[in-house]
Amino acid sequence: MTEPQPKPVVEMSFEEALRELETIVQRLERGDVPLQESISQYERGDKLRAHCDKLLQAAEAKVEKIRRGNDATASGTEPLDVE
Amino acid sequence: MAQAQTNAAEFTVSEISGAIKRTMEDTFGYVRVRGEVSGYRGPHSSGHAYFALKDEKARLEAVIWRGAFSKLKIRPEEGMEVIATGRITTFPGSSKYQIVIDSLEPAGVGALMALLEERRKKLAAEGLFDAARKRPLPYLPRVIGVVTSPTGAVIRDILHRINDRFPLHVLVWPVRVQGDTCGAEVSEGIRGFNALTPGGAIPRPDVIIVARGGGSLEDLWGFNDEVVVRAAAASDIPLISAVGHETDWTLIDHAADVRAPTPTGAAEIAVPVKAELVGIVDDLARRNGTGLLRLIQSRRTELRAAAAALPRDLIALPRQRHDMAAGALGQALRSNTQTHRGRLQAASGRLHPGMLRQGIHMGRERLAGFAQRTGRAFDVISQRHRARLDGLSQMLDALSYKSVMNRGYAVVRDGDGAPVPRAAGVSSGMAMQIEFADGAVDAVSLGGGGKPVPAGRRKPKTRTKPQTPKQGDLF
Repeated sequence: MTEPQPKPVVEMSFEEALRELETIVQRLERGDVPLQESISQYERGDKLRAHCDKLLQAAEAKVEKIRRGNDATASGTEPLDVE
Repeated sequence: MAQAQTNAAEFTVSEISGAIKRTMEDTFGYVRVRGEVSGYRGPHSSGHAYFALKDEKARLEAVIWRGAFSKLKIRPEEGMEVIATGRITTFPGSSKYQIVIDSLEPAGVGALMALLEERRKKLAAEGLFDAARKRPLPYLPRVIGVVTSPTGAVIRDILHRINDRFPLHVLVWPVRVQGDTCGAEVSEGIRGFNALTPGGAIPRPDVIIVARGGGSLEDLWGFNDEVVVRAAAASDIPLISAVGHETDWTLIDHAADVRAPTPTGAAEIAVPVKAELVGIVDDLARRNGTGLLRLIQSRRTELRAAAAALPRDLIALPRQRHDMAAGALGQALRSNTQTHRGRLQAASGRLHPGMLRQGIHMGRERLAGFAQRTGRAFDVISQRHRARLDGLSQMLDALSYKSVMNRGYAVVRDGDGAPVPRAAGVSSGMAMQIEFADGAVDAVSLGGGGKPVPAGRRKPKTRTKPQTPKQGDLF
């Protein structure tokens, strides 16, 4: 209600999404949200949850080593096996 | 003075110089020299380094050939107290000698610590270590850049810990973590990660870890290098330093956004535990659903309670009244119409032309009556007025002096025609006119007035006089 225009969920970082989801859940649990708003709040909460899930799943397990170019910049990567 | 005869051998300059060179190099072929680095300006473009070692009283030129320079444990720095190991050589061509340094070590920890403290103060004065420069670490990084040796326990520990917590993309920038090139390589790694464009072929790390295992002060010296400190301070990407053991402090620790006690600690700081995050998100999602349901449930309960509290006959009674009124409405309309129709018929029955004729007849009779009475009244009034007029006419005739004159009276007038009623008004010789009933004659008086005349003989002079007898007669 007093919040400014809500940020699109897809643009949010995990932490932002998680924080807003927490806020929504707390408000819904306090029960002081008008009914109509509570439904839109729930829907936004659901979107935030899906976004958080996506960010958690999107992280890929990969270990690479930087291959340096002549000018001390990264020119590429190669797998790194430290075992 | 005559030339003295002597048996002393005679050397050429080259001979003596060569002898000195041999003596020096034989005697000082391997020496350890303690002194302060002076006039050091980094390696020459050739890769060799030239400077001097000095103490309070003396000065010794020094050179480090390129091959030796790259193997140094520590790089010489201006003012650094060092112990140099090498050999003395001479330049016969210029009568000079110098030490060729093979290795260099700090002259005790105290000297190195003093240098470190001095540099820390200088960089702190520049604000590189300010708390205001520290940036928060990302809550959930997607890519982590690690600047460290690609081999050894450190990277292994870091990767293991990251995999335990949250397997994600790790980029390792391989560097030598000790030796002369350490500082330059580490700073290159920090700058190199920052130079990556977000969304480019190589993903740009969200956080950088600069790590090295434990070691001596000299081993870690590269992380005190000014270029490393400046690169860490300038990094746009949040940076975690994890150099040495917890008790080892290097200058990069001051410039980093977060200092981790160990490389493993750095991994824990950089990466959250995925299972916990999944749990948190799941828990919030579940509470989001139940929160809404509970809210709806409580609203439903409130609605039921409110509905139950509504009085049931609130509408019923008015509705009943409405129904009754609506039922009576048609009947009432009809009876109202009939009432008015009855009144209309009664009124219209009484309305006929006879009523008008009767009125006209009566009016006409009254008019005729008035006409008769008017005629009679006029006759009466007329007769009454005539009778009165006749009476008045007779009275008028009776009263006229002319009728008196008929009985023998005359009227005397003076010359002007005015009546002369008394004898006093007649003077002697006055011309007069005497009017009789049948005409007038002119006369002249013979004597003055005042002499009484016998009653029968006296000539009437005024109307008044004859009137008196007449009136007497009437009475």
